[in-house]
Amino acid sequence: MTTKFIGKRVKRNEDPRLLTGQAQFVDDVEIPGMLHAAFLRSDYAHARLLSIDVSEARKRAGVVAVFTAEDMGDDWQPGPPLVSPPPTVKDVIFHSRRQVPLVKDKVRHAGEAIAVVIAESRYIAEDAVEDILVEFEPLEAVIDLEKGLEAGSPLVHDDLESNLAAHLFQKKGDYEAAREKADLVIARRIVVDRGAAAAMENRGIVTDWDKKSQHLTVWDTTQAPIPIRNGLVARLGLSEHKVRVIAPFIGGGFGPKMMMFYPEEMLIPWVSMKLNRPIKWIEDRRENFYATTQERGQIHDVEIALSKDGHILGLKDIFLHDTGAYDPYGLTTPLNTQCHVMGPYDIKNFTSEVSVVFTNKTLVTPVRGAGRPQGIYIIERLLDIAARELGIDLIAIRKRNLIPPDAFPYEHEIIDQAFAPLVLDSGNYWPVMEKALEMVGYDQFIEYEQPRLRAEGKYVGIGVIPFLESTGVGPYEGARVTVEASGKINVATGIGTQGQGHFTSFAQIVAEQLGVAVCDVRIVTGDTAEFHWGTGTFASRGAVVAGNAIHASASIVRQKVLKLASKILKTPEEELELEDGLVRVIDIPHKSISLGELALLANPLRGAVQPGTEPGLEATAYFGPQYGATAFGTHAMILEIDPETMMLEIKRYITVEDCGTVLNPLILEGQIHGGVSMGIGNAYYEKLHFDENGQLLNASFADYLIPSATELPRIEVGHVETQSPLNELGAKGVGEAGTLPVPALFAQAIENALNNRDLEILETPLSPNRLYELLRPNEEKSR
Amino acid sequence: MKPAPFKYYAPTTVEEALTHLAEHGYDAKVLAGGQSLIPMMNFRLVQPSVLVDLNNISELSFINPDENGGLRVGAMARHHQVEVDPLVAIQAPLLHETMPKIATAQIRSRGTFGGSLSHADPSAELVSVNVALDGRFRLRSQNGERWVPAHEFFIGLFTTVLQPDELLVEVALPAMPVRSGWSLMEVARRPHDFALVGVAAVVTLDENRLCQQARMVFLSAGDVPMVAHRAAELLKGQAPTRESIRAAAEIAASEDIDPGGDIHATAEFRCHLANVLARRSLEQAFERAAGNE
Ligand SMILES: Cc1cc2nc3c(=O)[nH]c(=O)nc-3n(C[C@H](O)[C@H](O)[C@H](O)COP(=O)(O)OP(=O)(O)OC[C@H]3O[C@@H](n4cnc5c(N)ncnc54)[C@H](O)[C@@H]3O)c2cc1C
Repeated sequence: MTTKFIGKRVKRNEDPRLLTGQAQFVDDVEIPGMLHAAFLRSDYAHARLLSIDVSEARKRAGVVAVFTAEDMGDDWQPGPPLVSPPPTVKDVIFHSRRQVPLVKDKVRHAGEAIAVVIAESRYIAEDAVEDILVEFEPLEAVIDLEKGLEAGSPLVHDDLESNLAAHLFQKKGDYEAAREKADLVIARRIVVDRGAAAAMENRGIVTDWDKKSQHLTVWDTTQAPIPIRNGLVARLGLSEHKVRVIAPFIGGGFGPKMMMFYPEEMLIPWVSMKLNRPIKWIEDRRENFYATTQERGQIHDVEIALSKDGHILGLKDIFLHDTGAYDPYGLTTPLNTQCHVMGPYDIKNFTSEVSVVFTNKTLVTPVRGAGRPQGIYIIERLLDIAARELGIDLIAIRKRNLIPPDAFPYEHEIIDQAFAPLVLDSGNYWPVMEKALEMVGYDQFIEYEQPRLRAEGKYVGIGVIPFLESTGVGPYEGARVTVEASGKINVATGIGTQGQGHFTSFAQIVAEQLGVAVCDVRIVTGDTAEFHWGTGTFASRGAVVAGNAIHASASIVRQKVLKLASKILKTPEEELELEDGLVRVIDIPHKSISLGELALLANPLRGAVQPGTEPGLEATAYFGPQYGATAFGTHAMILEIDPETMMLEIKRYITVEDCGTVLNPLILEGQIHGGVSMGIGNAYYEKLHFDENGQLLNASFADYLIPSATELPRIEVGHVETQSPLNELGAKGVGEAGTLPVPALFAQAIENALNNRDLEILETPLSPNRLYELLRPNEEKSR
Repeated sequence: MKPAPFKYYAPTTVEEALTHLAEHGYDAKVLAGGQSLIPMMNFRLVQPSVLVDLNNISELSFINPDENGGLRVGAMARHHQVEVDPLVAIQAPLLHETMPKIATAQIRSRGTFGGSLSHADPSAELVSVNVALDGRFRLRSQNGERWVPAHEFFIGLFTTVLQPDELLVEVALPAMPVRSGWSLMEVARRPHDFALVGVAAVVTLDENRLCQQARMVFLSAGDVPMVAHRAAELLKGQAPTRESIRAAAEIAASEDIDPGGDIHATAEFRCHLANVLARRSLEQAFERAAGNE
């Protein structure tokens, strides 16, 4: 397919607004008479609430109201269940326990909200929070996943028999039989710890209740405004068209801003209606560390069976997954882990069993990667160990096991987050890996450079990690495309946006169909008054699902345009082309009519619109994929480590992505750069340190380290395109791809750099301190 | 994260500032660059009821040479100002080399010399560097002034000899003797972070190229800047060889410091790093001293 706009390095339509500070974020919303909210949050992770005294707070000048759970009466309800467990998996156990707007009886994680103060300014509200007196009975906290499941452990939810939140078993083939035949079985315990999403913008909500028109407007930092609107409608007993949720520009989402229905999202609109006043709540960074969801905590006991020539015969993975204090998001994250722990490899025999555990920690919901990085980390670590034990090259063992190109669509068989057995739609994996090896100069490095640098006393290492990513899942998204009388195009879709470049990549899709300039396509995302069907931005699905819905509506509009122009220009449709905002006759360029004129003609002021036709040049269409599209990629890295201080420096960083059709390479590279940066954080910097009482020890950017410009390498991006057969654009998602393989890549490259020091890394994130601890026993042995 | 209410004064002279401090005493806090104080107020870790802002007092922002070939640095000299000052580059190369390692450019454009010292964070580079350079601090109150040597100024974690009614107004740094060399080395997770461990070293050779004096002051290695006395004794009169340097580094890391452990590094790892950095910094400092005859 030759294209004019799709696949081009178009500069982003939204950047002038963003870079000059003209874009609207939630905190930019100012409404006359607006009040400000601040929350009293628990310092304890686990405690019974004995009494609350808010009388002093209520008396403080400038305080308008203080609410506790008690004050909410019957309106106090836990959040709605967001995602149920997959009904398709047999014998699944699932205990649904949802977050509450304000703590009533028992605090279940540090930072859980106990009371909300509404005041004339945030300053006063915070002063009043300090006036509130609470009596707690501290309880022993559930922090460790294994201890949490032991008999006699304190319970996060007293009405349950244990802290088991869910249990899920999946298999294909017969692992035990495969194990019998194996030449080598490797068993390891691998631990992945928890991090934060750490979006640049924290969460925030502004609500405006207009009593006279009984209309509620909510500006919300959400990735999924439509589900939030639907939830509020149900909660507040309003009609759907009386609640408008707007997700304006958002400074990063990364998952936690999904359709969470956070306590604040339930509470602030309710308070606004109670007080009949606009209210603003902007989460601060400290609150974000306690009250915004997090991810990654898992412990895997895993076993891989191989033949001596390095073929994987089977894999068995028994793991614990930390869900935090509640589990509104169901099993999405552990399901993703189950679907990615076989990596891009053809494994016939597989058993996976997960126990999800309630703990007295902040809730876990998907964070960029969403269970996938854990899976990738585990299989790749096992392959590195296997390669060493079998004396096979690290690349060769992977090549040997990759799913071959003729196996697609590949029946993966494990049930995924869409509740159906995963099918890998398309792929051609080896050329992607090969390109990464070429770009990083693998052979050259191993043969010449590494020995030369080692001789100079430098500890340099290389890593190469392939990975797959299931993306673009359903159910559906929709869009409405309208040609306006000005000739400009208006597009409305329901998903939210957080900086991915939707205003450009979606515009390119429309420009391709309608022959207008990309800057003449105006995109509206995330405003339920403009479009109210759809789910949201998550699971690397924006470009695939919303992108194809936009493509479908633009195609219909194109047909309408051609039909009308054909009549007016008295030329058959096949002889017309759409170029430069005009419809013109192919060989007679001056015989043309502009899209604007056509739009006016399609909306006549006199005469009758023919029965069976619609006015205007407008169409609404939907796209729901049969199943998700699966992308593939490979990252390669060369790093140098100071063996005394454990400080490391990334010398080269290469990614090669196959995410099907590339809509805009500039935007794609931006997504990958951001993803890699987050992956580097996951691998070497970002770890939430909870103590045994459930206190977070690094709840600020002074101590929670995110990689910054000084730590990030130059990232070289290569592309390979294997189009998805599941959608017309041939697109696959890439939003999370940058993150997935990085921890595995770090582990491999660090081991390679320190290869004379007998190091086996079985955990992530790492740190200089941790590496020192891991190497220490070896040093002592060798002394 | 909003501070608790406070009264705000913005004096334009030191005299005026001292009057406010005398009046409000323990209830008042001085605001310099605000890079440490404001975050602590926003976290409500400190809740002063009075803030005395020094930013309008222009008489405190100087960097001057003194009669004895040393330097005088005013308390309100910004980190950035010190970083780019040509006099500092020539007369106090250790200080010059230190400045870019403090935080980020944004923070250095606000943070002040006096603020960093008064804050007395044992992880702050300037705290250890001033001890290594034998700085002397001039403190003033309405009752008069006193000079305090740097190594007596810091008495505990975030604690100095400053009285509530006193201001640190300037620092005097003596000229470095001939045949001296210097080094500042640190290990930080990210270049702009506070160091896990760091060391400022100043060494002087005698005419026979033997060590006349070797002072190492560690940061993030105890509650105060940690002076490596035992290592200094060991080196005194010795030729700076690989072996003597190694031995001094070992002693410094095992006997002269007392680091704590936290989420970023255990005490053991800090001692290990201190050993590595002591060795590397002594090597660099002695090399420079040999070149500085
Ligand atoms: C993100 C970040 C990273 C940082 N990284 C580093 C780093 O790597 N290394 C480092 O050394 N520092 C670092 N800092 C701290 C920075 O250097 C500060 O500038 C410094 O610690 C305090 O200086 P200030 O002028 O901002 O003082 P302020 O914050 O205004 O004051 C600090 C304290 O000193 C008192 N005070 C200030 N001036 C005087 C005076 N003249 N007399 C008496 N008392 C006074 C104040 O009352 C207050 O208690 C960092 C800060 C931030 C925010």
